[in-house]
Amino acid sequence: MGRTLTFKIFRYNPNKDNDSPQVESYQMEETQRLNVFTALNTLRETQASDLMFDFVCRAGICGSCGMMINGRPTLACRTLTSDLPETIELYPLPFFKLLGDLSVDTGIWFREMAEKVESWIHTQEEFDPQATEERMDNDIANKIYEAERCIECGCCLAGCATVQVYPDFLGAAGLNRIGRLMNDPRDQRGDQEWFELVSTESGVFGCIGMMACDDVCPKDLPLLEVFSYIRRKLSKIELSK
Amino acid sequence: MSKIITTDVLVIGAGLAGERAAIASASKGLNVIILSLVPPRRSHSSAAQGGMQASLGNSAKGKGDNPTIHWLDTVKGSDWGADQEVVRIFADNAPIAMREMAHYGVPWNRVEGGPRDVYIKGKKTTIVEDDEKEGLITARDFGGTAKWRTCYTADGTGHTVLYTMDNLVVQHGITVHDRMEAIRLIHHDGKCLGAVVRSLRDGEIMAYMSKSTVIATGGYGRIYGESTNAIINEGSGSWLALQTGVVPLANMEAVQFHPTGIVPTDILVTEGCRGDGGLLLDVDEYRFMPDYEPEKQELASRDVVSRRMKEHMLKGKGVQSPYGEHLWLDLRHLGEEHLKTKLREVYDICMHFIGVNPIKEFIPVRPTQHYSMGGIRVNKDGHAYNMEGLFALGEVSCWDLHGFNRLGGNSLAETVVAGMVVGEKIAKYASKASLVADVGLAEEFTKTEKDKIARLFNNRNGENVYKLRNEIASLLTTHVHIFRFGEGLEKAVDCLKNIVKRTENVQVKTKVLGMNPELSSALRLEGMAKQALLIAEGALRRTESRGAHSREDYPDRDDANWLSRTLARWPDPKEDPIFTYEPVGVLDLPPGDRGYGGGQQISIKETIEEYNTNVDIVQKAEGRLDPSEPTGSRLPKERWKEVQ
Repeated sequence: MGRTLTFKIFRYNPNKDNDSPQVESYQMEETQRLNVFTALNTLRETQASDLMFDFVCRAGICGSCGMMINGRPTLACRTLTSDLPETIELYPLPFFKLLGDLSVDTGIWFREMAEKVESWIHTQEEFDPQATEERMDNDIANKIYEAERCIECGCCLAGCATVQVYPDFLGAAGLNRIGRLMNDPRDQRGDQEWFELVSTESGVFGCIGMMACDDVCPKDLPLLEVFSYIRRKLSKIELSK
Repeated sequence: MSKIITTDVLVIGAGLAGERAAIASASKGLNVIILSLVPPRRSHSSAAQGGMQASLGNSAKGKGDNPTIHWLDTVKGSDWGADQEVVRIFADNAPIAMREMAHYGVPWNRVEGGPRDVYIKGKKTTIVEDDEKEGLITARDFGGTAKWRTCYTADGTGHTVLYTMDNLVVQHGITVHDRMEAIRLIHHDGKCLGAVVRSLRDGEIMAYMSKSTVIATGGYGRIYGESTNAIINEGSGSWLALQTGVVPLANMEAVQFHPTGIVPTDILVTEGCRGDGGLLLDVDEYRFMPDYEPEKQELASRDVVSRRMKEHMLKGKGVQSPYGEHLWLDLRHLGEEHLKTKLREVYDICMHFIGVNPIKEFIPVRPTQHYSMGGIRVNKDGHAYNMEGLFALGEVSCWDLHGFNRLGGNSLAETVVAGMVVGEKIAKYASKASLVADVGLAEEFTKTEKDKIARLFNNRNGENVYKLRNEIASLLTTHVHIFRFGEGLEKAVDCLKNIVKRTENVQVKTKVLGMNPELSSALRLEGMAKQALLIAEGALRRTESRGAHSREDYPDRDDANWLSRTLARWPDPKEDPIFTYEPVGVLDLPPGDRGYGGGQQISIKETIEEYNTNVDIVQKAEGRLDPSEPTGSRLPKERWKEVQ
């Protein structure tokens, strides 16, 4: 306690005439139990009323506040200043379109991803309001939930080398979604359909294996396993042809 | 000229309620545009962990459950403030909605046959699940219910249901314009024609013209500042309705609080903490609850504990911190193993978000605003009073499923059930209505908003938006919280009236269009101040205690005078708001004791029949549009006697 923190924050407002990207410094006394969510709001209320950043739930579940904190993509709401040095550098996530300062456009990217992977259950069966639900093994439900925990914060893409050079790559978030659907017995897509979806270079073979996604994922999703699972599944399909 | 975008159905808000309603219209071939402050999956629905109530009756502890028992729990829980017919519509449709979401991909937890150990009120108990139910949707226990009926997916129910719902939105090709904020409804002669919308990307002001306009923007918790709500829940949707001058907001004083939000950040830690033996301490590290509630101590009900905590802080026994006053929750004696297994979620939240280790340290907590039962008053079809073509559903609405107290698990279920039921009505309305793309009117409404922005930029020596917002929050937190007293409420009303005036003189220093967070806040401020006043004045006028509205100076539930719903309108923006009251709806279950919460009851004056005869007459006079079916048609008589 008793530290004076220096926040070095990337500032740029594309909607402001003649604005150019720069880093501004702000100083602030560190208070008890301070996290980057509280700190940024205090800065906005007291020193930089125009500072742009995104928070929604501030409880690590909505995925809005991904940003680069001292060079690492992570969620600002669950980053405590006491775990950081006195100088804290904040940059927007790379890869996504910059909206201003620390705010980036993740919504459009994730919507397009959902369209590309057709992120819904593919089934011919109509819902029957009078019928009892289809049974499902609780273990399968839990397994699906494990992959469904992705909060689309974009940290995996910000840390990904492949998307920087090949923007069509689906990234860990996209492949995790596919893995989640592959595991769901309700999705009736066949081997060939999965094969076409993930066997391209925008799919699982685009990954060059550096696995920063697995390192930085704030939800600790087992992304390494997701990639191996999809690769194994593809090999099986290919071999059985 | 401002840009004009036309559509059949305009949905404002992309949480569960809004998206489900959008899907109902899209499946009928209607054009739908959803507006959202944030990408849909970031909506506050995603944060709900617990689950959704539906009487599927698959789990052993839910055996024999049915919609009538669910209905009974909900009506009692509402302290008879709910519309009993709406509760019936809800309880009947909840099982269908859960199965529907299962069909579309929600990984609901399922029944596993055989014995398993569970903790019931802190005691380990073995229950045996029915083998025949293996694989069906299971349920967990939530407060205030006779059966276990809360369907869930581990600790992320809102998240999985929202992701499934948003996948359906993508599948239906529904257009979503995210980072867009509706700032005013366009209406004429009691008919809603769309909304003026501000882009939060570049600041552009546009008009969206539609046949049906739907508000599904969630609660207004952030007006309290300290709230478990997401920070975008600033009441911007209910403000749209209030601004029309004719649409009433109902029961704004009915606000639910949770005793243990952590400080700062106001994230909830579960009540299980107290159930397992957690102690509440004050600034002197003194355990105060036994002084107030010698019998139940920390284990008294949610609202009683919250009230005592607040009362104790008002006596100067709170702990001062840079984030405001709080008390301590001590879990240290429960030990490391217990905290890292049974209360792991609490342990994680404390460690990750405030850096407190509950094994060694006290957790800073305070009672925190949690849920708003009140909102835009609609009929049973979700159609707003006095405004054709305007619908509202979910937390922003007062449908009125919750009355004066909401049961856990009912609000999340409400989003998908209302989405389904009201969604049909919206689609039906839009299919018959014709689009009135009145360019002149659109221009008139957009111009007013542009002028307002110019005024906010040009005000000299004006008020600071953040400071004023904090003043509103502080008044509500001090005087219109869970501990309510006439004198404090009067003070809050006086101060808030003054603040409402001061909002006219807000000065925005950042003079750029674009995202401009300061301007966004400034544009919401008048709505926040005015709604804060409705909450405070509604609470002052209601001289009784009912559900979450608890008056220290009027501890009894007064059915003789207050078995009614508060309606507040603001016809002239420069004058005071107008309060009226209507019957809560047709009564089937006569008012009685809900079995918890304390207080006496003052009996209703007239007979139930007399009360019921008045419902239609008074509600119509208050501007209720005729629903598609007559009042009471969906409420079977005395079904509850079969389950008593």
